[in-house]
Formats: sequence, structure tokens, C-alpha cells
Amino acid sequence: MPGVSPGYSGPERPALADLDLCTRCGLCEQACPTYRLLGFEPDSPRGRIFLMKQVALGEAEINQHLADHLYRCLGCRACETVCPAGVPFGRLLEYGRFQVEQHRDLAPHSKGWMIFRQLAFRLVLPRRWLFRALMWPSRAIASVPGFAAAFDTLPRGNRLRRLVDMLPRRDKHVEPSASAMPPVTPAIGRRRAVVGLLLGCVMDSLFRHTHEATVRVLARNGCDVRVPTGQWCCGALNVHAGERAIAKDLARANIDAFGRAPLDAIIVNSAGCGAVMKEYGELLKDDSEYAQPALAFAARVKDVTEFLAETSLVSGFAKLPIAVTYQDACHLVHGQGISHQPRALLQAIPGLRYIELRNASQCCGAAGVYSLTHPHLAQAILDEKIEAVLETSADVVATANPGCSMQLQAGLAQRGSRMRVRHVVEILDEAYAARSR
Amino acid sequence: MQEALIQRLRSAVGHEHVTARPDDLRNYAYDGSIDRAAPEAVVFPADAAQVAAVVRACEELRCPYVARGAGTGLSGGAIAEFGGVLISTARMRRILDIDAANRTALVEPGVVNAHISAAVATLGLRFVPDPSSQSACTIGGNVAENAGGLHCLAYGVTSNHVLGCEIVTPQGEIVWLGGRENETAGYDLLGVFIGSEGTLGIATKIAVKLTPQPETTRTLLAVFDSVDDASKAVSDIIAAGIIPAALEMMDRLSTQAIEAYVHAGFPTDAGAILIADVDGLQESVGETAAAIGDVCRRDGAREVRLAKDEAERERIWRGRKSAFGAMGRFSPSYYVQDGVIPRTKLPEVLAEVEAIGRRYGLLIANVFHAGDGNIHPLIAFDEKVPAQVDAAIAAGADILRACVARGGSISGEHGIGIEKRDCMNVQYAPSDLALMAKLKAVFNPGGLCNPAKMFPTSRRCGESARTLQRADLPEGIAPAAGPAF
Ligand SMILES: Cc1cc2nc3c(=O)[nH]c(=O)nc-3n(C[C@H](O)[C@H](O)[C@H](O)COP(=O)(O)OP(=O)(O)OC[C@H]3O[C@@H](n4cnc5c(N)ncnc54)[C@H](O)[C@@H]3O)c2cc1C
Ligand code: SF4
Ligand code: SF4
Repeated sequence: MPGVSPGYSGPERPALADLDLCTRCGLCEQACPTYRLLGFEPDSPRGRIFLMKQVALGEAEINQHLADHLYRCLGCRACETVCPAGVPFGRLLEYGRFQVEQHRDLAPHSKGWMIFRQLAFRLVLPRRWLFRALMWPSRAIASVPGFAAAFDTLPRGNRLRRLVDMLPRRDKHVEPSASAMPPVTPAIGRRRAVVGLLLGCVMDSLFRHTHEATVRVLARNGCDVRVPTGQWCCGALNVHAGERAIAKDLARANIDAFGRAPLDAIIVNSAGCGAVMKEYGELLKDDSEYAQPALAFAARVKDVTEFLAETSLVSGFAKLPIAVTYQDACHLVHGQGISHQPRALLQAIPGLRYIELRNASQCCGAAGVYSLTHPHLAQAILDEKIEAVLETSADVVATANPGCSMQLQAGLAQRGSRMRVRHVVEILDEAYAARSR
Repeated sequence: MQEALIQRLRSAVGHEHVTARPDDLRNYAYDGSIDRAAPEAVVFPADAAQVAAVVRACEELRCPYVARGAGTGLSGGAIAEFGGVLISTARMRRILDIDAANRTALVEPGVVNAHISAAVATLGLRFVPDPSSQSACTIGGNVAENAGGLHCLAYGVTSNHVLGCEIVTPQGEIVWLGGRENETAGYDLLGVFIGSEGTLGIATKIAVKLTPQPETTRTLLAVFDSVDDASKAVSDIIAAGIIPAALEMMDRLSTQAIEAYVHAGFPTDAGAILIADVDGLQESVGETAAAIGDVCRRDGAREVRLAKDEAERERIWRGRKSAFGAMGRFSPSYYVQDGVIPRTKLPEVLAEVEAIGRRYGLLIANVFHAGDGNIHPLIAFDEKVPAQVDAAIAAGADILRACVARGGSISGEHGIGIEKRDCMNVQYAPSDLALMAKLKAVFNPGGLCNPAKMFPTSRRCGESARTLQRADLPEGIAPAAGPAF
């Protein structure tokens, strides 16, 4: 029968022990954006777990249905946060997609997209120079204040406009980025820690200003900040798409790059990267050479908001009289259990009025490449999110992940809103800078 | 399934809101219980008129049909045992009207229980019935099961908070039962419908009562070395004339399962813990909480803790609400019982539950709505092992017999459905059941609306093969087939 393949193969499969944790109580259903939107059981966490379990038990085969519903999942892991049994959905999903990927004919997307994806994941993402070269036009547009706005004359549905809408917009007061990140930035004042910074791929190409803000804030808080060479993309996009082999190569390269430096922590300012890097141990568990180093590496990974909240911030903020709301990045709140830290940091800034966002921990629909693979669903999820964001009438919506920033940026641009999207550390940086200015 | 029926369904609700793809149907074969059977089609109507059209099509072509809310039911109510059509309320989820002055709301059946309270919170109101599944289950399912909740001790169950319902009868008519106000004349048909487990028709609109939020609520956690001491404290609290808003008990296995993931702050070495909510006016609440604390200490509580803020309260209640799901820590499935017993019999019934667990070699954790004597023994088993399934079902039946033997009942709030129907004989005389069957036949003469639920089959209570097969469907789904149907 075409489109039908047998069960799971190889050791990298959804583990029955994980699947067995699910008692089908259904308490996760309303936490799931796709279930809320579609009201369709196969698009619920419980439904997806059930489908994976049926394959594990030999009651069903890997087929188109499984592929469609595993790929319609955002991977936001909101279901994990509410699940009373601790079902590790993120892990199940990664392995489930990996198994589906073993059957190319089941790819739930168009041929064109699959070719694009192959190129992106296998050719471009692993190569830093190529990735950066291809991102050059985006960087150029983003680096000139006001340039992106020129595209606003294009009609709403225009694809080019949508892409440009996603680009980060730079504050006028922030200097344009230098060409390379300094390999070492010394701590200001007493040294409290030596940390490494992950640059990543998208962050490195489009969010250099966030990296620079991160380095400044860390240095001001007594950190020697190192940016080891040889590091590159964390592999998150690949892992989430079931492309594990390349993800492992990327992980090994990063472990080598950071492994040599004696670091107290490896700082990440992209939630999606941090979540995957904290799971390098799982990714490389069958690699005899790297299994141990991967665990040691993972144990040192800290999201920048997590790290700063633990360190107790040095004072020196100026008053920052702006209203700020905060959108939880899924891979921070659901993936790493980090939610009060970024809020606490923002609330530590004098003069800043913090406004809690309604349903802040609901996904914004960015979800890696989701807005490319499922544009209609992603848009519906985004619309709901922007509705809530606009309700706050904040000046700035803070977040901690590049995907979320770009998605929110696009959503706000679509509505013609002037609300700014900033990383939490950029706001901290602005408060410190305002003092010295 | 007949092609003609599928066509009728499609024209009733729209092509894209019907599925008969076998792959889709697999995901509709389960609910929160342990039974499984796939329907032959699932339809997603948008309103009462569409539900009526679906029902008429099914009745005319003699096909069984079953309503489904969120599928969190614990007695197999939403399982399409004989195939046929599953009518999902997933698209009927609008809150149609909120009348703050008269403290009522009109909602569609697919609205999630917790969403009602969320929608009226800024008005200082809430919808009281709060089953532990409230973040997922629907108001339609609550009405069908007459669901209870953690705060039913002081405030009553679903039937106390529903003013009226629009239903589609099995004849395909749209009628209103009850009122929008409190009092109505004539037979209490609403009372008959609530708790009828989807066998008398399908609710399409529900008028619910809203209740003002209490000025303050305090939550108290008392830790005991033994279940006996905790049970005694429960009886003593009620005997002292104190009515807490909620009074819940959990034994050691339950707290261990919960703490494994949820981290509610429960001790995992205690014999039992009690959780009490006290609400009302600022001054009185402190006094009542202190009085409960005193009773607990007198009965041997080794620790009495008052939640210091809202966050801690929420953590404690989230822990309690996680109890069933958390059983995944022990086993892939659990079979939850729902017996009711006189409060004073708690220690004795629990001892028997423990003995039953030993007899069948199964782990049984216990959670109770202690204030109402509603016990929820959770029997851990693995559905992949047939012998364990049989043992769990037999153990469950023994527990229910133990409850009835002490003057109790086989179900407090989860309904009878498939799971407990064969135990109805244990509680009711044949003449009682015959009267119920006659009543059912008035509403549902063809017997196609959620067939064979609630009424005993030819099997014995606790016998193993559970879901009936299509061939078992009483011949021609005969009208008023008596107690067997
Ligand atoms: C973790 C967990 C905790 C729970 N805690 C509690 C608790 O504390 N108290 C409690 O009482 N229950 C509890 N339950 C049981 C369950 O949640 C309730 O019975 C709930 O009312 C079911 O709602 P549902 O929407 O999931 O209904 P479903 O499971 O979909 O259906 C249940 C029954 O209702 C019928 N039905 C659904 N919609 C309609 C309609 N519109 N018209 C007519 N019939 C309809 C179905 O045919 C079926 O017979 C719990 C369940 C779980 C999984
Ligand atoms: S994933 Fe967790 S919350 Fe969802 S049905 Fe399974 S046990 Fe329940
Ligand atoms: S990861 Fe997100 S989208 Fe996927 S099942 Fe869980 S809640 Fe739903």
C-alpha cells in the first residue's frame, strides 16, 4: 500500500516507557494551541501521544496520518507544563518526527518545500559562511533604520512584505554592530564569573545587537564574557524537524568549541537554542566519545535571564519610564521552566511599568519553521496573540527568543502598531545605558 | 457505514465537518476511562439546528449516536460502543450571554468548565462546580454526568447550578427544559435530564447560575500518620458543625504520585493528608480555619499548615487536581472507582480496599472527597496485560460491593456509563431499574441515543469482557426493552 510503512526502527524512537506515562486524562487538551483552534482530537497532545503509542504497540503503522498530525504540532510543549504525569512530550515528538523522516514519502509538505528544507537543513545550516552570506540582504535591510518601513507600501498578503515585517528593528540610540564579536570582554568591577556566549545562527545574523546588549549587561554584572571560536548553530531546528544526524554534528562542534574554555556557565539568549543545548546529553547519549562531555556541557547551559536572576543584579539602572509586557517563549517557560526570572528582571528596573500579558505562556505561532509550513494556522495563532498584546497598550513587548521576536514584529507590523519588540536583556541594557548617557 | 447516512450528515453540518476516515476515528475510540471502541463517523455540528438534523438522520436510518464533549469522562459514557455516529460539541463553544445582574450565563455545551469562571471573574462571579478536570471538561459533559467538584461539599453539584437546558430530543425536536429563572411549574424534566449520561437527548444550550466570589479563602493542609486519624478528623470537623468549602483526603501513594512531577509541597511519608478550603468573610474565615486546625491536631495531625498566599493555595489545589493523571507514574492505566459511603465508615472501607488490592496483587491509591464520603480508589494496572485488566475490573467491582454493603452507592459523580452498568443490580432492585427504563423509553423510544449505557447487561458485576459488540445490540434496539437495556 503506498504511504504505509511498518513500525519504528532503530533505537531513536518514542520510548514506550514515556508513552506509558500518559493516562489519557485529557488535562492537556486546552493548553494546546492546535486543539484550541481546531477542536480535533488528532491535533491534541493526548491524540498525538495515542497515535505514537499505537505504532509502538504494533496496533498501527507509521503512515500519512501520523506524519500530518506530528507536523501540525507546534512543538511548543505547553502540554508538558500542565501534564500531571510528566509525559515528556518534547522528547516524544522529536523521536516521532525522526521516525517519520525515515519514510520520505510521508513528508506532509509540498515537494518544493521539501527541497527547500533539504537545502536549508543539510546544506546551509551546517555552514556558517553560507548561512551568513544568504542572510546578507536581511541584515542590510535591518541595519538601516527606517528601511524596513519602506516595504509597508506593499499589500498585506505580499510574501516579501511578510518577510521584511519579521526583521528586527533597531533602536536609533543603539550603535550599528561592529563586524565581529570581541572574543573576550572583561568584567566591569569585581569579577564574579567567567562565562561563554553562544552566538547561534539566526541570532548571530540578525540579532547582533541583542548579543552586544547581552555582553554589556553580563560584563556590568561582573562577568568575563568569552565568545569561543568554532561554535555555530545549536541544531535546534534540525532536531525539531527530525533531522538528528546533522544536529549531532552541530552539537559535537559546540561541545568542542566551549569545552576547551574553563567556563562557569554557557550563556544563551535564545530560548529555543537553550532548550536543545540543555538536552545535548539526550541527543548524544549513544555516542561513546561525546556522551559524557555532552552531559557536562548541558549542565552548564543557562538562559541569560536565568543566569542574571540568580546572580543578583548590580545596581546602576537609570529610571526607564516605559510600559513593558512580556511574552513567554515556549522553549523558556515550557521547555526550561523559566518564567518568573525574566519578569523579575524587568520589574527590577526603576520607573518601568510592568503589565502582565493575558495568556502570556501561550505560543505566538512562530515555532521554528511553522509559519512557513502551516501559514494559516500560524496566522490564526498569531492574531490571537497580537490581540492580547495590543490590549496591554505597552510601549514594548519583551521576549527572549528570536523566533518569537520576529513573529511578534510581523504581527505588530501587520496591524500598523508602533509597539517595539525587544529582548529582555536589551531593556536591561537600555536602563544601564540611560544612566551613563 | 451506509453512504446514504454519510451524505445526510454532510449536508446537515457541512462537508468538512464530518469525518469517516478510519485514521481519524482511531482518536475517538477513547475517553478518560478504560473502554475503547471507534465510531464509524464523527460529526462537528455548529448549533442546535445542525444537531437536530444529525439526530433525525441517524434515527431515520437507524444508526446509533453518542454525544461527546472533551472525552474526560471516567465511565465510558462517550464511547461509541456500537460504532455509529459520534457527535462532538467541539465547535459549540460560545458563551452566548452573561447577565451579571441576574447572575446567570447562557452557554453552548462545548464550553470548557473553567472558561465560564474565567469569563465572569472580572465581574466578581464564578461558576461553582469545579471537577478536578475543569480545565478540560465541558459543561455539556458536566450536565450529562451531573459532575461534582472539589467545592461541592458546601455549594452542591452541577444540578444545583444549572437553571435550564435547551436539548435536542431523539425525535429531533428542540425543546427547553427548566427555566432561566429559579422556579418552574410542572414536572422537573430538567432534574431528569441532568445526570442522564447522554441517553435522553443532547444538550445544545445551558443556562447556568453564577455565584459571587467569596471575600476570602484560606487553605489548610493537615498531615496525619494514618488514614484512620485523618478519617476521624473529617467526621469530627463535620460533627463540630463546621462546613468547609472543600474537604479532601489523599493517602500516601497518591501524594507520592503527585510529588513525582507536580511538586505541590505534599509530604510523601505521611499516612494521609487533608486539604480544607474555608471561605467567606475575612473575620470568620480565620476563626473557622483555626477551629479546623484544632480538631486536626486533637485527632493526631503531626502538622497543620495554612497556605500563606494565593500562589501556595493554587499549588496545593493543582496538586490535588493532578491526582488521577499522576497515576501514570505507577502504571500506564488506572481504573478509578467512585463509591459513596457514610463518612463514619471510611476507615473500615479503606481497610477493605487495601485487602482487595492485596488479593488481586494490584496497587491502589486513594483520593477522596472526604467531606461527602465520596471515595476514589485508583487501581493501577497495565492495559497491555489482559490478566491485569480483568483483575482491575474485578477488584473495582469488589470495592463497589463493599460500598453498597455499608449503605453507600456505586457512583458519586463519574456516572455509570459502560464501566459500572453491570453493578447497577447491586444497588437497585429490578423494579427500580424497570421504572428507569420506562422513563428512558419516553425520551428515547428507539434506544439509538447513547445505546446500552447505564443499564445492566446480561453480564455480572465485575465480569471481564466489557465493551459489548455490535451483535450484542439488543435486537432492533427494541423500544423499552426493560432492565436489560
Ligand atoms: C483527571 C480527571 C479528573 C476528574 N475529576 C472529576 C471530578 O472531580 N468530579 C467529577 O464529577 N468528574 C470528574 N471527572 C470526570 C469527567 O471529567 C466528568 O464526568 C465530566 O463531566 C466529563 O465531561 P466531558 O466534557 O469530558 O464529557 P465526555 O467524557 O465527552 O462525555 C461524558 C458523557 O456526557 C455525554 N455528553 C457530552 N456532551 C453532551 C451533551 N451536550 N449533551 C448530552 N450528553 C452529553 C456523553 O455522551 C457521555 O455520556 C474527572 C476526569 C478526569 C480525567
Ligand atoms: S499527556 Fe499528560 S495531561 Fe495529556 S492526557 Fe496524557 S497524562 Fe493527561
Ligand atoms: S507541543 Fe504544543 S502544539 Fe504540540 S501537542 Fe503539545 S501543546 Fe499541542
